[in-house]
Amino acid sequence: MAYSEKVIDHYENPRNVGSLDKNDLSVGTGMVGAPACGDVMKLQIRVNAEGVIEDARFKTYGCGSAIASSSLVTEWVKGRTLDEAMSIRNSQIAEELALPPVKIHCSILAEDAIKAAVADYRAKHEAVGVADVAASEARAA
Amino acid sequence: MRLPIYLDYSATTPVDPRVVDKMVPFLYENFGNPASRSHVYGWTSEEAVETAREQVAALVGADPREIVWTSGATESINLAIKGAAQFNKDRGRHLVSVKTEHKATLDTLRELERHGFEATYLDVQPDGLIDLDVLRSSLRPDTTVVSVMMVNNEIGVVQDIAAIGEICRERGIVFHVDAAQATGKVAIDLGALKVDLMSFSAHKTYGPKGVGALFVRRKPRVRIEAQIHGGGHERGFRSGTLATHQIVGMGEAFRIAREEMAVETARVRALRDRLLNGIREMPEVHVNGDLEQRVPHNLNVSFNYVEGESLIMAIKDIAVSSGSACTSASLEPSYVLRALGLTDELAHSSIRFSIGRFTTEEQVDFAVRLIQGKVGKLREMSPLWEMVQEGVDLDKVQWAAH
Repeated sequence: MAYSEKVIDHYENPRNVGSLDKNDLSVGTGMVGAPACGDVMKLQIRVNAEGVIEDARFKTYGCGSAIASSSLVTEWVKGRTLDEAMSIRNSQIAEELALPPVKIHCSILAEDAIKAAVADYRAKHEAVGVADVAASEARAA
Repeated sequence: MRLPIYLDYSATTPVDPRVVDKMVPFLYENFGNPASRSHVYGWTSEEAVETAREQVAALVGADPREIVWTSGATESINLAIKGAAQFNKDRGRHLVSVKTEHKATLDTLRELERHGFEATYLDVQPDGLIDLDVLRSSLRPDTTVVSVMMVNNEIGVVQDIAAIGEICRERGIVFHVDAAQATGKVAIDLGALKVDLMSFSAHKTYGPKGVGALFVRRKPRVRIEAQIHGGGHERGFRSGTLATHQIVGMGEAFRIAREEMAVETARVRALRDRLLNGIREMPEVHVNGDLEQRVPHNLNVSFNYVEGESLIMAIKDIAVSSGSACTSASLEPSYVLRALGLTDELAHSSIRFSIGRFTTEEQVDFAVRLIQGKVGKLREMSPLWEMVQEGVDLDKVQWAAH
C-alpha cells in the first residue's frame, strides 16, 4: 500500500469530520456507496441565503483513500456556489491526492457525494418552494 | 518498546536463539554432505540429521523412520496428497478436503483435478469446525484420500483429528493432516491418532524457513509416489541433498517445543485472554471461529462498522494480518471467513492476532490501547456506526451499490 503523503495527511488529520442536522432546511445531505462494496460516504453541506456553501461535514466508512477523498472535498466545496461545487470532477480529486488506479473509485464516490448533497438541498428547497407558494396563495385567497 | 510489535506468529516465528546456535556449526566446520559415507565430514552430518529426525518424531509420537525431510509444509502437503492420490489412482480418483484449508492443500487438489481426479471440498460450521456427518456422507467407494488441517491458520480452530482418523481408517482411506500450525501448540500423538500422513513446518515453531517434514506411517504401511527424483535420498520418498543446518534447526526447535509446550501454552493463553478482554471492552467486536476448540495463540476478531484497510492503516504500529485483501481492486475478503458465513463487511474488518514465545504483557497492553483508540476514531468517522447508534437497521437500507 503505497499511499501518497496527501492521503496519509488527510487520513491521519481528517478535516471536517462530523454531522450537520439533516432536517435543517439549509443543509443538504448526500450518502453514496454500500457497505458490501467497502465504501460508504456521507457528505453534508450548509448553504447560506446567497447559495454559497459555508460549511461542510463528512463521515466515511472506507479505506484510507476514501477517507482522504471525502476530507478533501469538504475543504474544496466551502466558499463555492452550488454550481461551482457541482463542477468538481473526480479526476481533480484523484490528481490532488495522487490516487493509484485501483483507488480511482474513491474519487468517483466523492464526486457522487457532492452531487447527492447538492441534489438533496435543491430537492428540499423545491419542495419547500412549492409549499411556500401554496401557502401564500392560500393566504391570498 | 520496538515498533511495530510483532503479533503475527501464525505467519512465521523468529528463530529461537538456541536453535540458531545449534545450526551455525553446520554452516561452518560441519559442512559435510550427510550422504557421504567415506569420511568423518559425512558421518558427522548424518548423525546430526538422525538426531534431528528423532527430535521431530518425539514431538509427535512417531518412529524416526517415519519422518521424511522436505523443504517445508507446502512440499510435504504436495508429496502427501499427490503421492497418495497417484499411488491409489487405480483404486479410485475421489479426494476429500475442506473449504477452509490452506492454499497449499487447495491448490494441490486443483492441480490433481486438472489431471483427472475429482475433489469434494467440505463446508464448515459457523464455528469453523467440520460436521463429521457431512464428512461421512461425502465419502464414496472411490474416495482414496482425505486431507484436513489440524489447526487452521487464520482462525486457529482445532479439528477433531482423532474422530476423522477413525472414519477414514475403517473405510481404508488414506488420511493426510496438515499440522503446520499445530506443532508446539497442541499435543500430537501419532501412536494413537489414525493418521497416515502428516505435514510439518519448522518456521512456524521457532525453527528456520525452508525445511519441513512429512510423516509417512509404517504400520499399517502407507505408500505414496515420490514427486522429486534424483538419487533416492530419504528412502526414495524425496531425493536431494539434505540441508543439514536447516534440519538440525528443525530438530532443535521441535525439541524445545516438546519440553516447553505446557508452560508456554499457559503463558500464551493468559496473554491471549488479556488481549481479548481488552478489545472486548468495545462494543460490536466479534470473535471468528470457536474460542474453546482453538489454539490459544490465535485471536481472529472483526470490528463491526470499521473498514478493514483503514483499520490496518491505523494500527501500523502492530504487525498483524488482515482478513481483507482489499488492497487489490477485487475487494475479495478471506475465503476462510466467508466459509464461516461472515458477511463481507465483517470479513473485511477482521484482524488476526497471533501471539508467541517472545510476546510480552507490555506489548499486549500497547496493542489493546492502540486498537481501542483507533477503532474508536474510525467509528466516530463511520456513517454506518452513526446510523446504528440512531437505531437504523443497515440491512433494510437501500444502498446505491457501485
